[in-house]
Amino acid sequence: MAYTKRFDGRKFDETRDIKAEVGIIPNADGSAMFAFGDTVAVAAVYGPKIMHPQHSQDPKKGTLRVTYDMLSFSVPERKKPGPSRRSQEISKVTEWALSPVVNLDEFPNTVVDVHIMIFQANASTRCAGINAAAIALAHAGVPMSDLVSSVSVGKMDETIVVDVIKEEEDYEEGEGATDIATAFTSNSGKLTLLQLDGKISPKKLDEAVEKARDACKKIYELQKKTLKEAKE
Amino acid sequence: MMISNLTKKRVHDYLLEGKREGRGLLDYREIEIELGVSKNAEGSARVKVGKTEVVAGVKLDVTEPYTDHEDEGTLITTLELLPLSSPRFEAGPPKIEAIEIARIVDREVRESKFIDFKKLCIKKGEKVWGIFLDIFSINDDGNLLDAAGIAAVAALRNAKMPKYDEKEDKVEYGELTNKGMPLNKETPIILTFHKIGNKIFIDPGQEEEKASEGRISFGFLDGNINACQKGNDAPLKLEELSEILETAEKKAEEMTEKIDKAIEKALKARENRK
Repeated sequence: MAYTKRFDGRKFDETRDIKAEVGIIPNADGSAMFAFGDTVAVAAVYGPKIMHPQHSQDPKKGTLRVTYDMLSFSVPERKKPGPSRRSQEISKVTEWALSPVVNLDEFPNTVVDVHIMIFQANASTRCAGINAAAIALAHAGVPMSDLVSSVSVGKMDETIVVDVIKEEEDYEEGEGATDIATAFTSNSGKLTLLQLDGKISPKKLDEAVEKARDACKKIYELQKKTLKEAKE
Repeated sequence: MMISNLTKKRVHDYLLEGKREGRGLLDYREIEIELGVSKNAEGSARVKVGKTEVVAGVKLDVTEPYTDHEDEGTLITTLELLPLSSPRFEAGPPKIEAIEIARIVDREVRESKFIDFKKLCIKKGEKVWGIFLDIFSINDDGNLLDAAGIAAVAALRNAKMPKYDEKEDKVEYGELTNKGMPLNKETPIILTFHKIGNKIFIDPGQEEEKASEGRISFGFLDGNINACQKGNDAPLKLEELSEILETAEKKAEEMTEKIDKAIEKALKARENRK
């Protein structure tokens, strides 16, 4: 049976309720929370600061360094605290998703650390993490040419949906679920993250990415609004 | 992060004169508790003490008991000092600072008999409930130890037992029962005293904690001490210990009441949100 109605009753191109807040971690130079419904990500930015160890320093420009991880109790089955292969890969792709808009030319030999922590997970955690990180970087005053907005799209059998939840990830009817994580430079609309697992035709993927881009425009509006309303 | 000698001297001098930011040496900062940080935890809590913030979560699993406690559930307490929470914390396996806090919290929760482990036995010698109590720092503005203690208790109070399918031997995560954990009515707390010169103070901010010369922590439940740890280099005179113990007894009572109230308020707020 075709996927005609979403588990939580949303329209196919509708994200869950999105929420964002900046300045939630006083110690950090910039910080933000971003939530897609029950998926809650928090990001903190520290830097630019001198890069240690010294051999990792780049004398031409500063380095963006991202670490993504989840609280042990953010998922139904406890995740062992500390980095995993999964979290290390997500850290790296998040770094690539953000670096095109971050300009650290003026800060040679330094590092800007972005720490992302998932508090509560119901799919799309890397996308929520990227959205939080982008506004945390802006909140920290790191020079940026644009923001980055991220959303997941899914292909449920033949139907494209925006902002996938866990139940949809596990959908098995027809062609099953294809989960696609995307991120774009918010204004110029260039792709900075694309990952997928499942089964999809090139044409359908093109369509899915377009839907993701549309959804990210709305996410961008919320990111901007959140930054404008920031107290400090 | 080290603090400069100048800062240290300033904080030191202020404390010697009994001066702090808007409070006395034995005044605690405001405590705020929010329950249910993660829907996927059996119980969870966010605790703010001033600007210090920690979160704690409880996950339950069915496991084998220890051979020397065949009819008792198990408890594993961990604490991570996240790099997210302070520029002085680095990624990597927990270092001694994190390990020490986790161990003191574990001792207090365990030794105060806050949890009735016997009630967590499913089948003697074979199956018991195993508790994972995981604590994370979110913002470090001093006194993470006391805050971790509050968060641990609040998360346990917030916890509900998950459904367990005995035939399949599987915990059905996401399906919580209405049953809370078997906990003592009395609340255990951790109270840490710090020393500078001849001055004793509690609940240090970040700079004060760095300037502190010695500390001693007590785990209290209902007027008794269940856990204790003296930390840092400065030795304590016996008169000082006596003085601290006398103050601790009164202060612990006051703090327990405060924490109980904050947990109660959070439980009510949680009910209203549902």
